[in-house]
Parts: sequence; structure tokens; C-alpha cells
Amino acid sequence: MPHKLISRALVYGVLLLAACFFLAPLYVMLATSFKDAEQIRSGNLLSLPHSLNFEAWTLAWSSACTGTDCRGLKPFFWNSVIMVVPAVLVSTLWGAMNGYVLSLWKFRGSEVMFGCMLFGVFMPFQVVLLPMSQVLGWLGISSSIGGLIVVHCLAGLAGTTLFFRNYYASIPKELVNAARIDGAGFWRIFFRIVVPMSTPIVMVTLIWQFTNIWNDFLFGVAFSGADSKPITVGLNNMVNTSSSVKSYNVDMAAAVIAGLPTMLVYVLAGQYFVKGLTAGAVKG
Amino acid sequence: MKLNFETALPKLVFAPGFVMGMAFIYGFMVWNGVLSVTGSRMLPNYNEFVGLAQYVRLWESERWWVALKNLGLFSVFYVGGAMLIGMGLAIFLDQKVRLEGALRTIYLYPMALSFIVTGTAWKWILNPSLGLEKLMHDLGWRSFHFDWLVQSDTAIYCVIIAGIWQSAGFAMALFLAGLRGIDDSIIKAAQMDGASLPRIYWRIILPILRPVVFSTVMVLSHLSIKGFDLVMALTGGGPGYATDVPATFMYVMSFTRGQIGLGAASATMMLASVAAIVVPYLYSELRAKPHDR
Repeated sequence: MPHKLISRALVYGVLLLAACFFLAPLYVMLATSFKDAEQIRSGNLLSLPHSLNFEAWTLAWSSACTGTDCRGLKPFFWNSVIMVVPAVLVSTLWGAMNGYVLSLWKFRGSEVMFGCMLFGVFMPFQVVLLPMSQVLGWLGISSSIGGLIVVHCLAGLAGTTLFFRNYYASIPKELVNAARIDGAGFWRIFFRIVVPMSTPIVMVTLIWQFTNIWNDFLFGVAFSGADSKPITVGLNNMVNTSSSVKSYNVDMAAAVIAGLPTMLVYVLAGQYFVKGLTAGAVKG
Repeated sequence: MKLNFETALPKLVFAPGFVMGMAFIYGFMVWNGVLSVTGSRMLPNYNEFVGLAQYVRLWESERWWVALKNLGLFSVFYVGGAMLIGMGLAIFLDQKVRLEGALRTIYLYPMALSFIVTGTAWKWILNPSLGLEKLMHDLGWRSFHFDWLVQSDTAIYCVIIAGIWQSAGFAMALFLAGLRGIDDSIIKAAQMDGASLPRIYWRIILPILRPVVFSTVMVLSHLSIKGFDLVMALTGGGPGYATDVPATFMYVMSFTRGQIGLGAASATMMLASVAAIVVPYLYSELRAKPHDR
């Protein structure tokens, strides 16, 4: 029995140590954001803040400077919100319809077409940056939030189509065939049979798209203008702005603010997020 | 007439997505390829055909070689590190522990955060004066010296550490899902035969998990080639261009240095390397499918 006891202690010891390793940066971020400059200088990474001082948070939200622009993160946060909501809804709905056709209304060549689209999940988006920026210019939406919404819808389409197609593939064919014999058409089957069964995959896709688009940096930095920068770009510029004194407490508060929405979604609906992650890894 | 419309309807619904998807993926791929054989600088210039000159320039550029070397280091350590930690955690979690759900949530939360957010945090933790070094001094390790983030030859390892921290939980989730798919009776039978637990994992479980290992390597390595945000947040490619990777090289050349042709050529190389990894994988996954159903 003592042998068993030691091995249990070892298992828990390793797991808890790992938990500390994963939580440490989050703790450091939060602790630093509540300190003032003096405490940061005198204390260390792990020392507790003396009090819950929200000054750095207010600064980060509404008055921290990036260069000469001292409006804090607020404008970038709202840019991200305005960008993320339509982009997530459109790409999810679009993916649902594509997935519905590709799983329940297969036609000659549809499998091959799907295979071609699948590469869009993996391709390095660096390849589309230059052509896309020219197309956005032609459409008159370069450096705008509208342009970013278009890019995110297109970039996410392959993934959302894949999610819905694989989910709808598990709907029994007999169900659809019976409805068809009863005279139900394409849309009727979609809205009456398929949509009511879709809640789990809709959740997975919404959360997946939300996390991806909110966290995107590449498209944001390449395609946004002065007034349309998303939060990731705003945060990065703020942190890397060259000022004489580095205020790490403001940087950390800003980082927490930028991470808060996706973190909240993860805490509230983690199981859907994990499903999206693992579904994204094991294709087909 | 109505019958025709009914049969065409699914195709009509799928058509816009397919056409725009193809344009976005393959149309832009070709377009990028075209740009890479032009002498475009600040603006695309399709009248100046230069053949493969941009590729020659690329491979003669010292900065590109630095980026490739960093990508090599990053891929090996990032994929290897995340796999090892992820597999270890998955095996330990699979020992019927309490609080499994809470621990899983903790290991995986970095994946929900932007690399810009976590990069900002790591930049503060790893900063040479007030970060880890100060902590160790306060804990009594006076001689501890840590300035990797600002040294050209070590800064890339800071990126690797942050990358592993971010992705190890993801590898854990994939392995755990794989472990849960294995029949318990296999382990029980091996234990009856007197095999020790480490031996069972090494000789029996790991070989069964080979497909999971394979797809985890695929996903992590294609992520490492695309890696951009973390480098930008943590080092911005610096000091100098010591932590450049192909993704940051492409961005800098195309959008800040006015070398669009060269940027396009580097994007083509990235595409080629991702395709070399992913296409065989996708092909095998798609071919294997009919048997699963």
C-alpha cells in the first residue's frame, strides 16, 4: 500500500505543479495590473499587490497613450466588437448552408469540391495578404472595419463549412428521405429538421469563430487603418509604443482587458471550445 | 421546370461559397505567385516581369536564412515540447484523478487567449531587470542572471517557451481524447501479465495512439510555420532581426519595407512548406473516410 500511496502523491504532485506553471502568467498579469509603479519596482513578479488599485485599469481602458493618441484601448475594443459580431454570424450561417448541401444534398463532384475547400483551413494566410489588400482597395473598403469583416468571413468559411458538414453527416439519411417522400423540399427540411438539431454545432462554430476573429492579429495589422484597428493591434501598439517610462501595470491591465471576452466565453462554454479545437485537429 | 429548379437548388446554394472560397484560396495563391515574379516594390507592378529573380534574392538574403533557422529551432522545440508536456499531462490525468475537469480547464485556457495577450504577459515576465531575474534574487538566488529576451542568440528560446506554454494544453486535450478511446481491458490484461505501468504506456498505449501523435504533429507543425503573432508581441522580430521567422519576414517586406515582390516570394515558400506537410495528411484522411462510415 505505501507504494500505491507514493505513486498517487506523485501523480497529484506533478499535476498540481503543472497547474501552477499554466496559471502563473495569469496570476502575474492580474497581480501586476493592481500594483502601482512603486510596488512594481520594490516587489517581484509573485508578490501580492497591497490593495485592489484599479488605476492602471482605468488608464488602460480610456486614457493610455499609443504615440500621441491617448484614448486607451476603448476605441479598439469597440472596433473589435463591431467587426466580430457580423463576421461570426455570417461565416457561421454561410458554413451551415454549405455543410447542409455537402452532407445531405450531395451531387456529383461535391466531395471533391469539399476536399478542395479543406485546404483553406490549413493554408498560411500570408499568401492571401497581398492580393486581398489589392481587392479591398478596388472594392473601396481597404483600411475599414467592413473590409476586415469580409476578410474574416472568407477566411473562416472553409472551417465553418467543415464543422457543419461533418456534423450533418451523422444525421440519418432515412430521416431526410422520409421527409422528401412527404413532399418537403430543400428549405423545409433545412428549417424543420436540420436547424432544430443544430444547437451543439452552432455553439461550437460560434465560439470557434468568435475566438479566432477576436484573437486575430495578422489581418488586423495588415488591413486596418487608423480608425479601424482591432483590439489585438491596439494592444500590441500600446505595449510597444516607445515611451520613457514603461508602465507594466497598464500593459498588464490592457492585456487582461483584451483577453477578457474570449476568456469569459471559455469559462462559460469551455466544452464547446474544446470540441472545436479537437474537431479542428482531426479532420474528415 | 419546377423539378429542374428543385434539383439545381442545392448547387445554387453552395455555388457562392464554393466560388468565393476557391477564389480566396486558389485564386489568391496564383495571384500571389504572379506577384512574386514581378519587380513590385511599394505597389504591385504587373508590367515588370523579372522571372525568378525575387526567389534568387530571397535565398541570397541573410535575413531569410535567419528566419529559416529560427523556424527550424522553433518547430523542433515547440512541437517537441508541447507534445512531451501534453502527453505527460494526459497520461497523469488519465490515472482517475479527482478534479480532472478543473485541471483540464487550467491546462487549456491559454488556447483561448490571443498570442498578443499572452505574448505581452511573457514579455513582462521575461524582461531582464524586473522580471524573473528579480524574482529569483528575492527568493535568494543572488547570482541568477536572465536576459535571454534581449540577446540575439537566445531571444528565440523565449518565443519557444511562450509557445509551448500556450499549446501544451491543446496537445494534452488531443492525447487525452485518444487515451479515452482505448479499451481499459487492454491495460488490465497487461497488468495481469505483470507488466509495469510505464512499460504498458510505452509498449502498448503509445503504439495505439500513433494516429493521434501523427495528427498532433501535423497540426502543431503547420501552426509553427504560420506563427506570427507571438513573435510580433514578444520580440517584434528583434533584437535587430534575430527572431525573425518567415511569417514576420513576409509581413515586414510586404507592408513596411516596400518589397512586395520579395514578400510574395517568401509567402510562396511558406505555402509550399505547409502544403508539403498538410496535403499528404488531408489526402490520407479523406481516403480513409469511407471505411469509418
